[in-house]
Amino acid sequence: MKIAVCVKRVPDMDVRFKIASDNVSLDEAGLKFDINDFDSWAVEAALQLKEKNAGSDVTVISLGPDVVQETIRKALSMGADRGVQLKADKVPFDGLPIAKALAEELKSGEYDLILFGKMSPDSSNGVVGPMAAEILGLPCVTAISSLEIANQKGTAKRELEGAQEIVEFPLPAVLTVDEGLNTARYPSLKGIMAAKKKPLDVKPAQLPPPQITVRKLELPAERKAGRIVGEGAAAVPELVKLLQTEAKVL
Amino acid sequence: MANVFAFVESRGPDVRKVGLEAVTAARMLADKTGGGQVHALLLGPPGISGKANQIGQYGADVVVVVEHADLVNYNPEVATATAAERIKSGGYRAAIFSTSALGRDLAPRVAARLGVSVVMDVLSLDVEADTVVVRHPMNIGKVIATLAISATPAVLGMRPNVISPALNAKAGRVENARPAIDPSATRVRVVETRQGGGGKLDLAEAPVVIAGGRGLKAAENFKLVEELASAFGNAAVGATRAVTDDGWRPHSDQIGQTGRLVSPELYIAVGISGAVQHLAGMRTSKTIVAINKDKDAPIFKVADYGIVGDVFEVIPALTDAVREAKKHH
Ligand SMILES: Cc1cc2nc3c(=O)[nH]c(=O)nc-3n(C[C@H](O)[C@H](O)[C@H](O)COP(=O)(O)OP(=O)(O)OC[C@H]3O[C@@H](n4cnc5c(N)ncnc54)[C@H](O)[C@@H]3O)c2cc1C
Ligand SMILES: Nc1ncnc2c1ncn2[C@@H]1O[C@H](COP(=O)(O)O)[C@@H](O)[C@H]1O
Repeated sequence: MKIAVCVKRVPDMDVRFKIASDNVSLDEAGLKFDINDFDSWAVEAALQLKEKNAGSDVTVISLGPDVVQETIRKALSMGADRGVQLKADKVPFDGLPIAKALAEELKSGEYDLILFGKMSPDSSNGVVGPMAAEILGLPCVTAISSLEIANQKGTAKRELEGAQEIVEFPLPAVLTVDEGLNTARYPSLKGIMAAKKKPLDVKPAQLPPPQITVRKLELPAERKAGRIVGEGAAAVPELVKLLQTEAKVL
Repeated sequence: MANVFAFVESRGPDVRKVGLEAVTAARMLADKTGGGQVHALLLGPPGISGKANQIGQYGADVVVVVEHADLVNYNPEVATATAAERIKSGGYRAAIFSTSALGRDLAPRVAARLGVSVVMDVLSLDVEADTVVVRHPMNIGKVIATLAISATPAVLGMRPNVISPALNAKAGRVENARPAIDPSATRVRVVETRQGGGGKLDLAEAPVVIAGGRGLKAAENFKLVEELASAFGNAAVGATRAVTDDGWRPHSDQIGQTGRLVSPELYIAVGISGAVQHLAGMRTSKTIVAINKDKDAPIFKVADYGIVGDVFEVIPALTDAVREAKKHH
C-alpha cells in the first residue's frame, strides 16, 4: 500500500499563551512544539498498515517553514519512509489554502490512503482533511476511531454524540483520525538514527491567498474567582441554595 | 439585504436541537443585513417533512425537504452534493451549519466544493459591509480569535449551545426536492448508526452536564453520577480521559481537548483534577461546580462553587437535595 500522512507542527497547549504586539499572532517565545497528537495517531495507523502489507510505503508531508522538518523527522524516526516539506514562511489560519497546497502535492502520488488528523489544536478548526478530500475528489471518512482494510475496501467507526456510525468505503480514500484508534509508538534509538538518512524533499508550497484574516487575538476573560462553599456533605444545602438563588440553574 | 442558508441537522426521523440553533443563527444574520430570507435544508427518511413546520417557527422563510428511503443514516456524499447545489443556486451571503460530529464532516466538504473557506466552532457572528466577522476559539479555547471572512458565501459551523433556538415564525414555505445524487450509488456508505445509551440526553445539548473522573474509583460508581443526573432530569453524563482510557465509560463520553466540547448552563465535576486538556472541553460552561477531596485540585480554579470532600459522601447528599429542590418547582 502507498500511504501519505499530513502532519502539522503545533505548540504544546499546556501553557499560558501570550499575544504578540501585532495583536494578530502569538508570541512564540518559550513555546514548545511537537507533532499534533492526532497526526501521530495517523502516522501510527499508517505504520501498522505498512507492517501488515508487505511492500508498503509511507510518505509524510508537512507544510510550513523549515522548522517543520523536525516534525517530519519525528515521523520518519517512528518508521515512515520519506518526507516532503511544502515550504511556506507562515502557516495561514485558513484551512482552504492549506488543503489546496497539500492536494496539489498529493494528487500525483497514487496513494491508496491519505491520512490526516481530525484537528490541529492551534487552529481548533478541523477542516483541512475533508477539504483536501473534496479537492482531490476522493471518498472521505472523518474522525475515525477504528479501521479495518481488506481487498481495497475499508470499514471504519465514527463517534457521534451519543451514537456511533459504521462506515464502509472503497480505496483510494482520505481518512481523518480521532483519538482511540491506536497509541502512537515512541521513536526507537535505531529509528532516530535511520531517520537521518531517509529522503526529505523540499518544495515550495503553492498557497492561494486566504479568504479569512485574523483581525484580533485575545485571551478569554478569566473566570471570576470562585469560592469553596464548604467541606463534605454539610456544605450541600448551601451549594443548593447558591445554585437556586445566585446561579439560577436549579 | 441578503439571504442566508441553514443546514438543519437530523438523526433518523428527528430534527436535532443544533439544527434549530443553525436556523436561529441564520435568522439573526439575515436580520442584521436588513431582513433577507432564510432558506433551510432538511434531509432525511420519508416522514421527515413533518418537521418542516417547526423549522418555519424558528425563522425559516423556505424549508427545502429532501426525503429518501436511503437517508435513514447520514450520507456524506448526498448531503455534500445536495447542500452545495442549493447554496450555489441560492446566491447566499452565508451558509450556517452546526459544529457537531455531522457538521464537522459536512461543512468543510461543502465549502471546498464551493471553493470557499470555512470556520467551525463559531462563538458569535456579525456582518459588516461585505465581510462576515466571527469569533472562534483557537489553541483549545485559550485564545479567542476575531476573524474576517471575505468569501461569499461565508460557510460557518456554529458551536452548540451558544445560540438558543428562538421562536420567530416565518412563512416556512415547504419545497420538496430530490437528492442531488443517487443515495444508493455513493462510494462512502454509513451502514449502521448505533445508538449508545438509548434516549439519554446528549452531552452537547444537555443544559446540565455531570462529569466523573478517576476520583470515582471504579466503573460501577458512575451509578452515583447517573443518579445525580436523573435527579436533575435534564442532565447528561460525561467523563475524563482517565476514565474512558480505563474503559469505565465509552470514548464518546470524554470531555476535553481530544474529546467532546460542552458548554452547558451547569457543569458539575465529580472527582476530577482539572487537567488543562479536560478544561479545554468545559471551561465555557456558565456555572461550574467541583467536588474534590483535594482542596488544591486545579479544578477549583475554574469552579464557581466548590465542595472539598469525598464524592461518596457528597454526591448522594447532593442527589437527595436536588431531588427535594425539584419537587418544590
Ligand atoms: C494529548 C492529551 C490529550 C488529552 N485529552 C484529554 C481529554 O480530552 N479529556 C480529559 O479529560 N483528559 C485528557 N487528557 C488527560 C488529562 O491530562 C488528565 O490525565 C485527565 O483529565 C485526568 O483525569 P481525572 O481528573 O479523572 O483523573 P486524575 O487527574 O487522577 O484526578 C482524580 C481526582 O479525583 C480526586 N479524588 C480522588 N478520590 C476522591 C474522592 N473519594 N472524593 C473526591 N475526590 C477524589 C483527586 O483529588 C484528583 O483530583 C489528555 C492528555 C493528553 C496528554
Ligand atoms: N501545515 C500543515 N501541514 C500538513 N498537514 C496539515 C497542516 N495543517 C493541517 N494539516 C492536517 O490537517 C489536519 C487538520 O488540521 P486543521 O484543519 O487545522 O484542524 C491536521 O491534523 C493535519 O493532518
